[in-house]
Amino acid sequence: MKSGSIAIVGAAETTELGKIPNMSQIQLHADAALNAMSDCGLKPKDIDGIACAAEWPTDLAHYLGITPSWVDGTMVGGCSFMIHLRHAAAAINEGLCTIVLITHGESGRSWVGSKAMGNNQASLGGQFEIPYGCLGPSTLFTIPVLRYMKDRGLSHEQLANVAVVQREWASMNPRATHREPITVEDVFASKMIAYPFHILECCLVTDGGGALVLTTAERARDFPNKPVYILGTGESVETPMISQMQDFTSSKAFKVSGQTAFREAGISHSDVDHLMVYDAFAHLPIYGLEDLGFVKPGEAGDFIWERNTAPGGLLPMNTNGGGLSYMHSGMYGMYALQESVRQMRGIAPAQVKDASTSVCHGVGGMFGASSTIIMSNEAP
Amino acid sequence: MAVNPKTLPKPTPETQHFWEGARVGQLLLQQCDSCQHIYFPPRPFCPDCASPAVTIFQASGKGRLYSYVINHRPPRWIEAPYSIAVVELDEGPRMMSNIVEVEQTPEALILDMPLEVVFDAVTDDITLVKFKPASIGNEA
Repeated sequence: MKSGSIAIVGAAETTELGKIPNMSQIQLHADAALNAMSDCGLKPKDIDGIACAAEWPTDLAHYLGITPSWVDGTMVGGCSFMIHLRHAAAAINEGLCTIVLITHGESGRSWVGSKAMGNNQASLGGQFEIPYGCLGPSTLFTIPVLRYMKDRGLSHEQLANVAVVQREWASMNPRATHREPITVEDVFASKMIAYPFHILECCLVTDGGGALVLTTAERARDFPNKPVYILGTGESVETPMISQMQDFTSSKAFKVSGQTAFREAGISHSDVDHLMVYDAFAHLPIYGLEDLGFVKPGEAGDFIWERNTAPGGLLPMNTNGGGLSYMHSGMYGMYALQESVRQMRGIAPAQVKDASTSVCHGVGGMFGASSTIIMSNEAP
Repeated sequence: MAVNPKTLPKPTPETQHFWEGARVGQLLLQQCDSCQHIYFPPRPFCPDCASPAVTIFQASGKGRLYSYVINHRPPRWIEAPYSIAVVELDEGPRMMSNIVEVEQTPEALILDMPLEVVFDAVTDDITLVKFKPASIGNEA
C-alpha cells in the first residue's frame, strides 16, 4: 500500500469483555461495530466496505443493514483482521469503496451462536496430525518450542517470564481479565497443560469483539478522533500443519509479513515506540521479536528478561496485557490492533509516553499465517 | 491409545498409497524424479519444483526426535500424559507422531534421540505410523 494514504478513524471493542453469555457471536460483531461507528460519528448507511472473520460478511452486512460495494471474508485465523486492514487499504486506494468497517466478535467462552470448526479428517492435518492426539492449539502451537529452546538456548524461566512481564502491563489495565502480579515461580506452580507449557503460559478463553473504521488520510481529517495513519502492512502464509513448518525456530510467514510492512513504511526498528505481538502462547513474543528483526535470533529471551519490553523499557510490548492476561476470544488479532490504536491516540490505560509509531504483528493458525500493521499518529 | 473414529484419518486418492503402505508395515515417502526432493505429506507432484514425475519409495523408518509436547489434558479416549512429537526422518521430511514404548517424561524423551518406526493398527483399515527409541546398535 501507499504509506500514510489510509487512516483508522473509528475503533472500539465490545462494551463488555470476558464472559458475555447474553450475546450471540453475530451480536458481538454488531456491538463492536456500532461502538466503532459511534466513535467516529457514522451510521451503517455510511459504510460501503465490510470485512470480517468468524462470521460471513454476508451475515454481518445483513445484520447491520449495510449494502457494501467491497467485501472481504479472508479467514486465516487470528490475524485475519490485520489482513482485512491491508486489503481494505488497497481497496480504498483503488476506489473500490470509501469507508470500510472491519469487525470481529467471538463467543469463545460462552459459545452462544458460534460453532466449533470441527476436524476435517480428509485434510492433510486431519490425516497426518490430528490422529496423534492433537487437541487444539495447546497441543499444536506449542510443539516447536522445545526445539527452539535447545537450538537457541532459551530457558524455562525465560519462557515463563514472558507471562510475568505481560501481567505487569495487565495490572495497569482495568479491562484486563487478570491483573494480580505473578512471578516465574507462580508460572511453574500453575497447572501443566502441555509440557513445557503451564496454564499461565497459555492464552485466556473469553468472549468479546472489536471493530475498526478506515478511510483515506485526506478524509480522516474531518472525523472527530485523532487519525491513526497506516504506514505499512504485510501478510503471508506458510503451512496449516505445525509439523511441516520449515524452521521450528523462526516463522517464514512472520518474516515475509514483517519485512514487507517495514519496507512499505520506510522506517527502521529504532523508530518504533510501541509493539504488539500476538501472544496466544508465551513463545509467540519471542519468535515475533526475532522474526520482525528487533533482536537477533536467540536474543529475545534475554531481551525480555532484561525488561526491555516491560513498563519503563525501551520497547513496550503487549501493553494491554496481551492474550495471556488481557483477553483472548480465539482470534486475538483485533484486540492487538485496538491497543495499537489506543496507544497512537494517546488514550491507552498503560499509555506509552509520546509514542508515535506502533507495530502490530499477528499470527493465524499455528504459525500458519501472519500479518503486520505499522501505525503512526503523525500526519504523513 | 483408544480410538475416536472422529479423529481417524480419511484417506484421499492422493494419500491412499501411504495408508495402504502403513497397513502392511511400510513407511512410504515420495521423491521427485526431476529434482530428487524427498517430501511428505503425500501429493502427486513435487512441492519444490511442481514436477508430476514422482516415485513412491519405502523409507528406512529411522529418524530422530525433533520436538514435542507432553499433553496433560487428554481427550477422554486417551490416557495422559502422552507425547505428541515431530520426528525428523533420516530421509529428510518431518512428520507428526507419538513416541511409544518409553516413559512419557522430559527425562526420557531427549531431543535428537534416535528413533525407529512402529506400526499401530488402530482399526482394520487404519494403521498409524509411530516411533519408539531405536534399539541398541541401531542408532542413527
